[in-house]
Amino acid sequence: MSNDAILLSATIFLPAIAALFLAGFDKKAVEAMRMYTLAVTVIVFGLTIAVLGRFDASNGDMQMLVKASWIPTWNIYYQLGVDGISMTLVLLTAFVFVLAAMASWSIKDKVKGYLMLFLILETGVLGVFLSLDFFLFYVFWEVMLLPMYFLIGVWGGPRREYAAIKFFLYTLFGGVLMLIAMLMFYFNSAGSELAGGESVFDLLTLMKIAQAGQFNQQIQIIAFVLLFIGFAIKLPSFPVHTWLPDAHVEAPTPISMILAGILLKLGGYGIIRIAMPLCPYGTQYAAYALVALGVFSIIYGAFAAMAQTDFKRLVAYSSVSHMGYVLVGLAVWKINESGATVGINHWQMGLSGAMFQMLAHGVSSAGMFFMVGVVYDRVHHRDLNKFGGLMQKMPHYSALAVVIFFAGLGLPGLCGFIGEAFVVLSTWNFSPLLAIIAASGVILTAGYILWTVQRVYLGPEYKGPHAEDLTPINGREATIGWIIAIFAVVLGVYPYMMLGMMETSVEKLTQDLAAGYNASMDPAAESVTSVSE
Amino acid sequence: MSVNEIIEHALKGEILPRSVQIFGPEIALCLTILALLFVRMFEIHRRLPTNLVALLGALIAFLGVFSQFMYVKGGSEIPAMMALFQAWGLTPEGVGEVGPYFTGLLVHDQFSVFFRLGLCLFLVLMIALTVLSGIPDSEDGQDFYTLLIGSSVGMMLACGANHLLTLFLAVEMMSVPSYAMVAFQKGRRQASEAALKYVIYGAGAAGVMLYGLSLVAGVLGTASMPELAAQVSTAFAGGSFVLTNPVAVTLALGILMVLAGLAFKLSLVPFHFWCPDAFEGAAAEVGGFLSVASKAGAFALLVRFCIALTGNPDPSLAGLNLSLGIGLGVAAAVTATFGNLAAYSQKNMKRLLAYSTIAHAGYMLMAVSALVIIRGANPSGVPGLTSAGLDAEARRCLEALLYYLAVYLFMNLGAFAIVALIRNQIFSEEIEDYRGLAGEAPVLCVCMLICLFSLVGLPPLGGFWAKLEIFASLFQAGRVHWFMWVVLGIAAVNTVFSLFYYMRVLKSMFLTERPVGARSALVPFRSAPGLYVVMVSVPVLLLGVLAGPLSQTANNVARILLR
Repeated sequence: MSNDAILLSATIFLPAIAALFLAGFDKKAVEAMRMYTLAVTVIVFGLTIAVLGRFDASNGDMQMLVKASWIPTWNIYYQLGVDGISMTLVLLTAFVFVLAAMASWSIKDKVKGYLMLFLILETGVLGVFLSLDFFLFYVFWEVMLLPMYFLIGVWGGPRREYAAIKFFLYTLFGGVLMLIAMLMFYFNSAGSELAGGESVFDLLTLMKIAQAGQFNQQIQIIAFVLLFIGFAIKLPSFPVHTWLPDAHVEAPTPISMILAGILLKLGGYGIIRIAMPLCPYGTQYAAYALVALGVFSIIYGAFAAMAQTDFKRLVAYSSVSHMGYVLVGLAVWKINESGATVGINHWQMGLSGAMFQMLAHGVSSAGMFFMVGVVYDRVHHRDLNKFGGLMQKMPHYSALAVVIFFAGLGLPGLCGFIGEAFVVLSTWNFSPLLAIIAASGVILTAGYILWTVQRVYLGPEYKGPHAEDLTPINGREATIGWIIAIFAVVLGVYPYMMLGMMETSVEKLTQDLAAGYNASMDPAAESVTSVSE
Repeated sequence: MSVNEIIEHALKGEILPRSVQIFGPEIALCLTILALLFVRMFEIHRRLPTNLVALLGALIAFLGVFSQFMYVKGGSEIPAMMALFQAWGLTPEGVGEVGPYFTGLLVHDQFSVFFRLGLCLFLVLMIALTVLSGIPDSEDGQDFYTLLIGSSVGMMLACGANHLLTLFLAVEMMSVPSYAMVAFQKGRRQASEAALKYVIYGAGAAGVMLYGLSLVAGVLGTASMPELAAQVSTAFAGGSFVLTNPVAVTLALGILMVLAGLAFKLSLVPFHFWCPDAFEGAAAEVGGFLSVASKAGAFALLVRFCIALTGNPDPSLAGLNLSLGIGLGVAAAVTATFGNLAAYSQKNMKRLLAYSTIAHAGYMLMAVSALVIIRGANPSGVPGLTSAGLDAEARRCLEALLYYLAVYLFMNLGAFAIVALIRNQIFSEEIEDYRGLAGEAPVLCVCMLICLFSLVGLPPLGGFWAKLEIFASLFQAGRVHWFMWVVLGIAAVNTVFSLFYYMRVLKSMFLTERPVGARSALVPFRSAPGLYVVMVSVPVLLLGVLAGPLSQTANNVARILLR
């Protein structure tokens, strides 16, 4: 095995292996188990930094390719690799898991089971981001369901059972649609000489076939719709977002952080990595609908957030709104009558903006959920109307919280601004009308965040229940808060840190898609797969 | 060759005739039955428990089939297996050949060896489970094991059926002991009621089936399965398969009646009514046996019957193949959907598993319907698939079925075994009473989780791979006829349906607290039941992660059967 194979495999499987060792701990050694888990997540973060060290940002192709035969009779490979798009998300994942592990001190019950599932979840997420074989991708995708179900269902709030099964059913439904799309690509790839006349699950080969326009238009449209529904559930986009408020509200704080910070990004990542490159024609066919859906999600999520009285539900709906920008940014692909792409730079800007929005939201939403968790641990309620005056009782905490909420708001200089600005600017090229609506979403966001800050942190005095429990935050909580706040500022001031990593990959993606679309329009190329209708 | 001659051969130490060689494991099982009865008759069962006799006999038979399997798979030159080959007297002329044997009644191909291996393995695991769970007790052991092993011999016959007569005999031989097994807990009214229901349905289905067989044999003038396809072509003699043709009507009726008989064994809708009642009335161990072994035997028969009918791609018979395939597809889709929906409201674990069994029979039948559709396709009429491509797709369908059955063996046995072991602790099979068990018997609950998630079809478990193979074969069959894509869609939606009721069990086990005063069920990891369930669940995981070898084997089996 090459060094890359060892490094990438270790990054993925270290948490799961570490989870097995966790079983050997004594049930009462709670503190030791927590420290151990934290250490594991820190090591995994170190490994991702090592991956970054070997990563060449000037190369837009897949790097550090690992390919080993897994199920030879079906042409299934254990295939891994990173490019600029997955690299940034891998870093985000490892980072948020470290923070969530630190936040896991608030879990007091059945700690061993919790930590084991927590680590298995990390393996699933990293596996999705790193795998380059559709089958492997699918396996990791579904592997995440089980730990997530139990993490919400066992350690969650009062309606945890309902929330957990709802999450599971929605995601499984999306997964099954993805499975059918996967089979469509698998069997249709056999008709192309690029796959050597064999059916393959290899995403790189499938992308090449798509780029050569050898999946016909009908297949691309059907497959894109199937894949999009699957990923939109995870993203989540209106109208399949309804699992999210329930899951968020019931999940324990660290799991909410992971759910908002990382799991939602899997939806966006799936669209970028699978749905778009494999169906360039389908993407273009649906582009206007996607942008419109994204814009609607922005506005809908913002209004819904404004109407909430539960603090966590508010943050959950703000996620729906923020992920709308991701969808918009991905899809602002404009073509003229002859099928040539217009303003490819704008589209690249939109894609970069969407990617940056995912990263920024990963930091800020994890922070927001953590901040909600901190007060919930103290006063055991989340009713916005019963808060107020926290600034007096917990000044240190409130200052951090306000910074993080402003990052979520998209204040210039903080991380949330860049993604939204990029997306809205690029949308102007696509459709001025939609750009204006999307931009007005920023005002609504400002509205509900400022109102929240006012209701929770400002005001003369806290009058809700358990006022005596409002103790200042402890060192562990402050550390998490400071880390998130610092990253929110750093990403806002120097976004190129992340944008530079993905620049070339985004460029390559747009060019490949444009080429794929033109090839799909070309009737000569179509003949290869028309047989499979 | 008469029995006397065979005994003479054996006594002289000469090489036994082929038919006896291949029949070795079955003979071993029959001898086990005799030994069981003698042990009880001479009252030595107190020193030599009957369950050990049965276990030993089953193990010997398993080794026999296993050596046949290895011999057929890897040839005679496997050094590690030489001793076993010699002990079973395997020779190239005997075991290496397909047959037919016993004047054309049985064949001994890879398909039959594969199924018999699975059945023998299942028998060993089943008897081991009854040793652990204590049903039957030492006084009744010989009766129970005689029925169990007798039924298994019937299933093993079914795997090699090459003649319509064998088909009927096998169905009866596997059914009749299972009626008695359902009623085995004599004191329970529920068990007697279930058995009565089962036996009446069974007798009715058997009668219908026998009539159907006589119609088929009468129209075609032969009862030998390999000749059926050719005879179908002759019977029509250029005429096409339409319902204005009286021969076609008679034949269709005959086929329908035979399928009804098999559908009863497979508990397909609308022949499933016996299934939940029988499972609820019988002990969980018997339920496991009925849901795995008797399904496997019936599927072997169904595949053989369908292949025999569709063997001849005569264009004039395309109608027969297509209507058979679509008919099976409709039955499969309805069965899977019904099973999954009806399982929703169940409160009893065995009833829930009964409906889950019905649903899974539906999934597996989808593979058979895809097989029939692809086999009946006109090679020039399917865009994108050559004649060789069609053969490969037909193999894939059969591979899917075989793989599914192999995984199903472990995951369903695991689920039933855990139900039985929990019953021994808390004396209940209600899902309600499983609340909070995860805290007390973590190993049972985690293994239940593996088995149930595999039944849903989630990666990285074996059930996922099996389901993927079935989906893939449906997808490819959809190129021949679009209806298979509809079936695929229904199968996909069913996967989501099924999640809900399996999760209800797990929710009860993991997400709720054990009520105060509930009977405790302490089953540690290092105990015989704990190790047993781990032993059954680990293959479920392995078959999901390392799907290559078994899918390759299944594909080879299919290749030789469809040759």
